[in-house]
Amino acid sequence: MRLVLEKRAERSRRMTVLSPVIAIALTLITGAIVFTFMGLDPLEALYVYFLDPVKYFWTRNPDDFWSLEQLAVKAAPLALIGAGLSVSYLANVWNIGAEGQLTAGAVAGGAIPVFFPEWQSPLTLVAMLLMGAAGGMAWSAIPAFLKNRFNASEILTSLMLVYVVQLILDWLVRGPWRDPAGHNFPQTVPFTGWQTLPVFGDSTIHLGVLFAVVAAIALAFLMGSTLKGFEIRVLGTAPRAGRFAGFSREGAVWFCFLLSGGLAGLAGIGEVMNTVGQLQPSISPGYGFTAIIVAFLGRLNPVGALVAAVVLAISYLGGEAAQVTLGVSDKIARVFQGILLFYILACDTLILYRVKLLSRATVELRA
Amino acid sequence: MNELLSVILTIITASTPLLLAAIGELVVERSGVLNLGVEGMMAIGAVCGFGAALATGSPLIGVVAAIAAGAALSMLFGFMTLILVSNQVATGLALTLLGLGLAGLVGEGYVGQPGVKLGKIDLPVLTDIPFIGPIVFGEDILVYAALALMLAVAYVLFRTKMGLIIRAVGDSHQSAHALGYGVVPVRYACVVFGGGCAGLAGGYLSLAYTPQWIENMTAGRGWISLALVVFGSWLPWRVAIGAYLFGTVMILGFSLQAIGAGIPSQLLSSLPYIVTIVALVVISGNRALTRANTPACLGQPFVPDR
Repeated sequence: MRLVLEKRAERSRRMTVLSPVIAIALTLITGAIVFTFMGLDPLEALYVYFLDPVKYFWTRNPDDFWSLEQLAVKAAPLALIGAGLSVSYLANVWNIGAEGQLTAGAVAGGAIPVFFPEWQSPLTLVAMLLMGAAGGMAWSAIPAFLKNRFNASEILTSLMLVYVVQLILDWLVRGPWRDPAGHNFPQTVPFTGWQTLPVFGDSTIHLGVLFAVVAAIALAFLMGSTLKGFEIRVLGTAPRAGRFAGFSREGAVWFCFLLSGGLAGLAGIGEVMNTVGQLQPSISPGYGFTAIIVAFLGRLNPVGALVAAVVLAISYLGGEAAQVTLGVSDKIARVFQGILLFYILACDTLILYRVKLLSRATVELRA
Repeated sequence: MNELLSVILTIITASTPLLLAAIGELVVERSGVLNLGVEGMMAIGAVCGFGAALATGSPLIGVVAAIAAGAALSMLFGFMTLILVSNQVATGLALTLLGLGLAGLVGEGYVGQPGVKLGKIDLPVLTDIPFIGPIVFGEDILVYAALALMLAVAYVLFRTKMGLIIRAVGDSHQSAHALGYGVVPVRYACVVFGGGCAGLAGGYLSLAYTPQWIENMTAGRGWISLALVVFGSWLPWRVAIGAYLFGTVMILGFSLQAIGAGIPSQLLSSLPYIVTIVALVVISGNRALTRANTPACLGQPFVPDR
């Protein structure tokens, strides 16, 4: 038997939509197999892992609604970053340092409560959010500049900068920015009042969730209905055609990095203004890296990223649930996330190719 | 003198994993494939090497397990990018995410356990020569293996027919295919070789460099190795020089920390990453240098027509 790829005449629209669905199904099957090997009842484990976080949909039990709020809060940063990365990857601009831009945003925005702990007004909130986005943009401007000016691989430079900014944050919270009243814990003063994100009603859903939805819709409009979006698509799929059309490759690199960096920075300041509540050495469970999976699962479409973010948020919450209920390490979440990305990429082959298994005889006949 | 000796010895052990991983990736890239999963393969190599050595008590079995684990993960990458023609950049990232995740999960039970250390060579008389002896004759066996590997790769790539085929496949897969060479099998072999090297590099970390398992102990070394291949402009000897330079930077950071020069430790820890960026900028800015050796088909998909 031999596996042979046959190029389709055009991209299969059906497979573009089906591929992530197949990938999720395959991940669930793999999950069941993994759980069986760990000596667990696979169906129960899958239920706890993947369905518990969304069980309000069929229980209608108000107690379960809390997990939906959790889901929205977890999905928000993933969707924000994923939407920006989608645009970047469409343009063939490989920003993989979103985790660093997230951290830079948190540091820049967090500087306000550190230096002006008494400042409480709606303007504080606005200033912190703006600083957060600006911090992410500034950090992402470095790989963009190095790419355009020196042709240095943006993949490697953006990733290296993740380590650098995480060390800067570590130094700040252990050194100059440490809360004097914090019993020597490596953390800044806790953020209070207007230094935190407002929540809707008495829920835990905060303003960041709204940002994620708005960003997804705005970027979908940008990509679908504006010249800039067209330019980015052309430069990504047919760089030569883009050059002849007079589109600037350098401009696209700047645009994609500043956009995805700014959104990552916003996600970062959102996290420290709500979930975390202050600056500390670790402020994100790898949202910037998981958002790469979000972008691909969402078909590099900003609205798709919104849906994909919910799926990945389930994998985070499921990991926590599995640790509590099943006694499985929550590290399994990252394994499932990695497996999911593999399946998506494998299934995406079906968009451009038909996969055929030929017997040896057929191969020889054709040859 | 003794301090200098110990600094030199640690520089050599810090450089060896970088050299191993970078030489492997060099072969992969020379065949036209970009595997960004080095960090993930290193992590898996580190945890499997550690576990196997712990279970059997033999560091050599640990080394073999590390190579096998890295190679196994790279086979997955090869299947995806060469058979299913998936995007190489994305698949490499996926390999890193999966490798780091798996290593964290598998290694959970190993945290805090004392490991099995790969011993250093002790030749009578030779190792006892003051200063020179321990440096030249008293390293662990993988230090020599890494240098031998570098020489072997340089020889095979530039002095043998096999190397010519690998470079042909990497520079023009259409021509190589037209001449009757199997582009996909050659690339697959190179990918698995690179995976084995990355696994070995990881195993070196958990068996020789710091004989223990700590999550995220690879600390970006896989990515630095990728940068080293660019820095060395795809030439083995330049990659080796680069690896030793980077090892020096890493250890100088630690040494300055020990002296307590009043510099924040985080700044010193970030040195290798900053130096990597600077090195990339310097080399990539020199287009004549990079253009001469960059494999022309690097990262491009190839589907054989039937």
